[in-house]
Amino acid sequence: MAVQRFPIELGHIMMFARSVGDPNPIYSDEEYAARSEVGHVIAPPTFVQAGAQFDPDWPLRPRIGEPWFGSGRNPTGTPRSADGGGGGSGAGGGGGMARGLHAEQHFEYHRHLRPGDVLRAETRPGKTWEKEGRRAGKLVFSEMIAEYRDQDDELVITARSVGVRTERAPDAAGAGSEEPQ
Amino acid sequence: MTLRASELQVGDEHTEVVVDDLTRTQIVQYSGASGDYNPLHSDEIFATQVAGFPSVFAHGMLTMGLTGKMVTNYVGDGRLRSFGGRFRAQVWPGDTLTARAEVVDIRSDDDGAGIVELRLTTTNQDGVEVFTGEATATID
Repeated sequence: MAVQRFPIELGHIMMFARSVGDPNPIYSDEEYAARSEVGHVIAPPTFVQAGAQFDPDWPLRPRIGEPWFGSGRNPTGTPRSADGGGGGSGAGGGGGMARGLHAEQHFEYHRHLRPGDVLRAETRPGKTWEKEGRRAGKLVFSEMIAEYRDQDDELVITARSVGVRTERAPDAAGAGSEEPQ
Repeated sequence: MTLRASELQVGDEHTEVVVDDLTRTQIVQYSGASGDYNPLHSDEIFATQVAGFPSVFAHGMLTMGLTGKMVTNYVGDGRLRSFGGRFRAQVWPGDTLTARAEVVDIRSDDDGAGIVELRLTTTNQDGVEVFTGEATATID
């Protein structure tokens, strides 16, 4: 994702911590945090992923007045893809996610976030490699590196994600083997 | 809580149940907080009738976030240097996940700060690994 302005906000951090079931007051209670070793509220370790909220072009968010591939009157709001991709994510659905799965995610923390920070994320492609899968044919892995810099242009977090695309849709019912989600 | 090099040994483990009977509502909470509104995670009709899955399922990043809670509970707040891993299997409503950290190395960085390296494994109620990874954190 390319995000020009990702403001780090206390309420957003609190909601994110709740969503991962983490009641740690370091993510919501400013008074507690001020007395802690860290000295201020911080964000949970995977929080920068929520920068998607501030990406104007993020494909996995419905847009006013545009078709959305989730259900409404019909099971999907967009036509099925012409290539018949059935088991993939949002096949043909404007999400750009057909058969694209998130395989890996890695974060390096140069410092920890605090409310009031304003981040900017720059992304660049990394390595690409292939592997023969057991159920889905050829698997093509590709890396994306995102550097999150703060209001002083200091590097705060480096994120590396690996996506995998499959030649054919994996068996949807099979959990617990090589295909990640 | 902080970890002390003097009290840590390679092979030490910390384990937590990070979610018991995962609800669809928690998955929806994660969609809302993260901004990943892919209907595969929140829309049972789309997930079953269009995508052909048995139900909605959790975001990989929700599984990683749940795992991260165990890691920060173990190493303390603001101590993480790195955290990463691989999504190994899908996580479904009703799943109960147990996350485990194992100490694989204790060392000092170039500035002399103590570092612990952890191997992470999150499994479901059937013992299937859903996430495996690594983390490093500063220790006293």
